[in-house]
Amino acid sequence: METYSFLREFADSWMLLVLFVFFVGIIFWVFRPGGTKKYENPRNIPFRHEDKPAPRSAGNDAEEL
Amino acid sequence: MSNYIKLIVLGLITFLALIAANFARDLAYLVNALTVALAAAGLFLWVLRHTDEPRETVDLSGEYMDGVIRAGVVATALWGVVGFLVGTFIAFQLAFPQLNFEWAEGYANFGRLRPLHTSAVIFAFGGNALIATSLYVVQRTSAARLWGGNLAWFVFWGYQLFIVLAATGYLLGATQSKEYAEPEWYVDLWLTVIWLSYLAVFVGTIARRKEPHIYVANWFYLSFIITVAMLHVFNNLSIPVSIFGSKSVQVFSGVQDAMVQWWYGHNAVGFFLTAGFLGMMYYFVPKQAERPVFSYKLSIIHFWALIFLYIWAGPHHLHYTALPDWATTLGMVFSIILWMPSWGGMINGLMTLSGAWDKLRTDPIIRMMVISIGFYGMSTFEGPMMSIRAVNSLSHYTDWTIGHVHSGALGWNGMITFGALYFLVPKLWNRERLYSLSLVSWHFWLATIGIILYAASMWVTGIMEGLMWREVDANGFLVNSFADTVAAKFPMYVVRGLGGVLFLSGGIIMCYNLYMTVRRSPAVTAENSAVPAE
Repeated sequence: METYSFLREFADSWMLLVLFVFFVGIIFWVFRPGGTKKYENPRNIPFRHEDKPAPRSAGNDAEEL
Repeated sequence: MSNYIKLIVLGLITFLALIAANFARDLAYLVNALTVALAAAGLFLWVLRHTDEPRETVDLSGEYMDGVIRAGVVATALWGVVGFLVGTFIAFQLAFPQLNFEWAEGYANFGRLRPLHTSAVIFAFGGNALIATSLYVVQRTSAARLWGGNLAWFVFWGYQLFIVLAATGYLLGATQSKEYAEPEWYVDLWLTVIWLSYLAVFVGTIARRKEPHIYVANWFYLSFIITVAMLHVFNNLSIPVSIFGSKSVQVFSGVQDAMVQWWYGHNAVGFFLTAGFLGMMYYFVPKQAERPVFSYKLSIIHFWALIFLYIWAGPHHLHYTALPDWATTLGMVFSIILWMPSWGGMINGLMTLSGAWDKLRTDPIIRMMVISIGFYGMSTFEGPMMSIRAVNSLSHYTDWTIGHVHSGALGWNGMITFGALYFLVPKLWNRERLYSLSLVSWHFWLATIGIILYAASMWVTGIMEGLMWREVDANGFLVNSFADTVAAKFPMYVVRGLGGVLFLSGGIIMCYNLYMTVRRSPAVTAENSAVPAE
């Protein structure tokens, strides 16, 4: 098969399926149980470290917040 | 040692640029080569004066790199006013053709100034705003200093050089005639270098982040940087006629070229003017409202839906052309589905204010951000509607399209950028507050009324023009000549120009206000970044 036909066929079959499943998967993943609690932390990222970076030594501090 | 290498490279660039100027086959190339030579020579002297000077090495990892962002803020404000000014002038050129002066024919007539206007507002104003805010946001939300040291400065100055090369090129006639991608091959190559460096700085900073989670604004910024790199490279695949001339020939031809162009063109809107600015929204709106984003889940879905859908919408620019029907239908369907994530994002931005709506009364900056999100919602409703084939048959090639673009660009991109600038300047220059909030209110109302005049007049003239073009008499002959429609549009053109004057004056007031903030506002006392890092 010539390249064009091959790519064309691949694009509207397997690739389409992969992209669609990935997309739907993300929506389900976002609504997984416990998600709301989990996202409470990233939601507040803009309100930390406004004036200077996190200190170098305490690399793991952020995770405990 | 590295300075010696820099000197050699800069010297070589100057030398080669001068050779190129000597062999130049057209004026635009000559001027661009001389500009490059001048920039490289100036940089050569600057590096030379700093070579072998004692340098104290300070550990800066305890501070954010804000110098380059300050420069970006200044550039955004200045290029903004330049872009608005050119836009207002060409609006009046359309109303009063005498403004295409005889003595400036071939340099400052509408055809030469129009790409100057579009590039100045999109790439110079919008681009600088995106680079500056993204570098600000990525540092704050990663809790890390910018990666790559002076690479960020290289990005900033390289980008300004790109703007100057493109702008002078347009005036002197170097263009590859692709909308929003007018710069010729060597300017495209230079932008590729800059853009990849920008990507490196951004990704490098994310990679050294101290926050385990990558904040949603960074996702939007990152997708904008990566997608623009991809679009830029594919749409600008061309072969120069001569290495000493600006003219180049596209690799694609015919309808393929048109499709690649609008795949680029619409995603310039989708990723440059939407995804990037949504990154701005997801940081600055919560900051200014002092409350976290309404729903983090919705923001994730917003991101992925936008990314997955936008990339397909381009063919709606090519209804009723040689492009196959299935392709334009695909573009149309995706454009309509795109309405959903767009409005999801709008709701997310607006609802961030829930419980803080009173701020609308007291804080003109929040007002600016809210109206920008409102315009985002409005133009992402208008866009899908215009992409429907039947509507498009009326709206395409008319001023309705121009009105749509401007309600998005002035309303959404302009207003959110103004809001971000008003937020950033006091922070970056360590000021307690802005110089004057009432001037912000003035800016807000001038800009809003300006946009309304602009959009309303373009709706009227666009629909009128579309109807006039298709009007046939009882025998099936067209009723109106093209010149009839031009004559009928005159009053709306004047109104549009006045809208531009209002928007421009708002921009000038903003520059004054920001300048006075830096000069006059009281400084924040101690405790802030004046404290040395432990």
